[in-house]
Amino acid sequence: MELETVIGLEVHAQLLTRSKIFCTCTTEFGRAPNESACPICLGMPGVLPVLNRTVVEFAMKLGLAVHATVARSCRFARKNYFYPDLPKGYQISQFEQPLCVGGHIDIQPNGGSKRIGLTRIHMEEDAGKLIHGENLGDPNSSYVDLNRAGIPLVEIVSEPDLSSPEEARAYLLKLKSLLQYLEVCDGNMEEGSLRCDANISLRPKGATALGTKTEIKNMNSFRNVQRALEYEIERQRAILSGGGTIHQETRLWDATQGVTLPMRSKEHAHDYRYFPEPDLVPLVVDEAWIVAVRATIPELPDEKRQRFERDYGLPAYDAEVLTTSRPLADYFETAARRYPKPKVVSNWVMGELLGALNRSGKEIGACPIAPENLAELLQLIDAGTISGKIAKTVFEEMFETSASPRAIVAEKGLTQISDSSAVERVVDEVIAANPEQLMQYRAGRTKLLGFFVGQVMKATHGKANPQLVNDLLREKLR
Amino acid sequence: MKITDAQVEYVAQLARLELSPEEKARLRDQLNSILEYMEKLNELNTDEVEPTSHVLPITNVMKEDRVEPSLSREASLANAPNHEDGHIRVPKIIE
Repeated sequence: MELETVIGLEVHAQLLTRSKIFCTCTTEFGRAPNESACPICLGMPGVLPVLNRTVVEFAMKLGLAVHATVARSCRFARKNYFYPDLPKGYQISQFEQPLCVGGHIDIQPNGGSKRIGLTRIHMEEDAGKLIHGENLGDPNSSYVDLNRAGIPLVEIVSEPDLSSPEEARAYLLKLKSLLQYLEVCDGNMEEGSLRCDANISLRPKGATALGTKTEIKNMNSFRNVQRALEYEIERQRAILSGGGTIHQETRLWDATQGVTLPMRSKEHAHDYRYFPEPDLVPLVVDEAWIVAVRATIPELPDEKRQRFERDYGLPAYDAEVLTTSRPLADYFETAARRYPKPKVVSNWVMGELLGALNRSGKEIGACPIAPENLAELLQLIDAGTISGKIAKTVFEEMFETSASPRAIVAEKGLTQISDSSAVERVVDEVIAANPEQLMQYRAGRTKLLGFFVGQVMKATHGKANPQLVNDLLREKLR
Repeated sequence: MKITDAQVEYVAQLARLELSPEEKARLRDQLNSILEYMEKLNELNTDEVEPTSHVLPITNVMKEDRVEPSLSREASLANAPNHEDGHIRVPKIIE
């Protein structure tokens, strides 16, 4: 029996507010443990939470960007459970009446386009951080840091519309890109500001009813999401093909072993006993507020991608890569304004620049080469001042020192030799020094042209104009 | 609807409460009398009434996104039964 995969994702994104969701503690990352806590986020008796307006606006901004319906009225709810990272004994979340309902995100798997439905987006507070004993102090203790308790989150729940690990990854990358464009979340999975849980099940191909699902947690990178889902599909497939049944359970991804394992500690099913949070009054959103928030939404990745294809004449792939992040798209546009051959700029940005950034572990925001300087480098090639080959050397130097290409070319004496008498002299020397190859060439081994070009370039330290070298050699070897 | 001993045990477990057999019996009876009292409400027709989650006629109480100093760490940790190096220390939680 052929089986198909059904995946839905629940993503938690930390919102980039200055203060926590219900109190005035800072959200700053990296402070000493328990330094950012107050009676409200510590859950002291008698305190009252007050909702941070910016949290609502960031969540609405995301909702509007993914075409969700913003509820005119919504409420918070208490989700009750005991765990040491939760000082109140409940998490303030939204349950029956979330802020946003519906909406969709379009992904482009393998060049096609697929619409992934969203169930809801709601606001909630984060819990504290638990560090287990083996990583700090006594192995028989756990340690609690409540700086994270009360950091604002949005939870984005997708419909079970994803049918492969690749689609799940594409969806996550798209969501990350959206969050970053909107400047509501930094999207860093490794640092936990974007977290993803997956619900996954298999069913006979073409069936409409869903199979029994498992929930996978602890996948802290885009790559791990894909690996964990690939593993889980094979695990479920093996059980089902052998006539077995899937147990509905939560499983943790173990990246070191490359397997998902059932969670040990949760022997009892969760019963969160949600009820409306009496400490927070209902939230009412009017049209004027929606209009004001909508006005803060910038051009989003999909629109930008289409504009890049249309206005710059770029291939779909280039437009896709260049618009994954706003700073990268801005970089490209600045360079393309100064050097109006978009495809050439795109090639350099996607090839040399992203390669160099990747190797050095730098983000585009910290790129040592200003887009104006990249444009200047390309102008130097066009003007014949340097060859394309030398340009790569200049590029590396620019990446090291942030210097302008003109300065580097002048300082290192890299100006291309386009003076034909100078190049001719070298060509003559090279031919004279290699009589054997000359004979073979004239006997028909014309592939040896490459050898002669190489010798001339070597003698001129790569500075000879390659076109000129080719022309002169062809003529003189004949 | 009658609350059973098993339901009392389940709720106690969720609340991490350890109850003696006498306490269980007492709480079961108390919960049942509370629920019986609530049954009276079922005599009313509430089809057209929206469930009340808040009694105050107030909406949209919000604060601006502004940071103010937190509690000192000493004060925050003062209530913790045990702490070490600025962390609250608890029995090992296995996940």
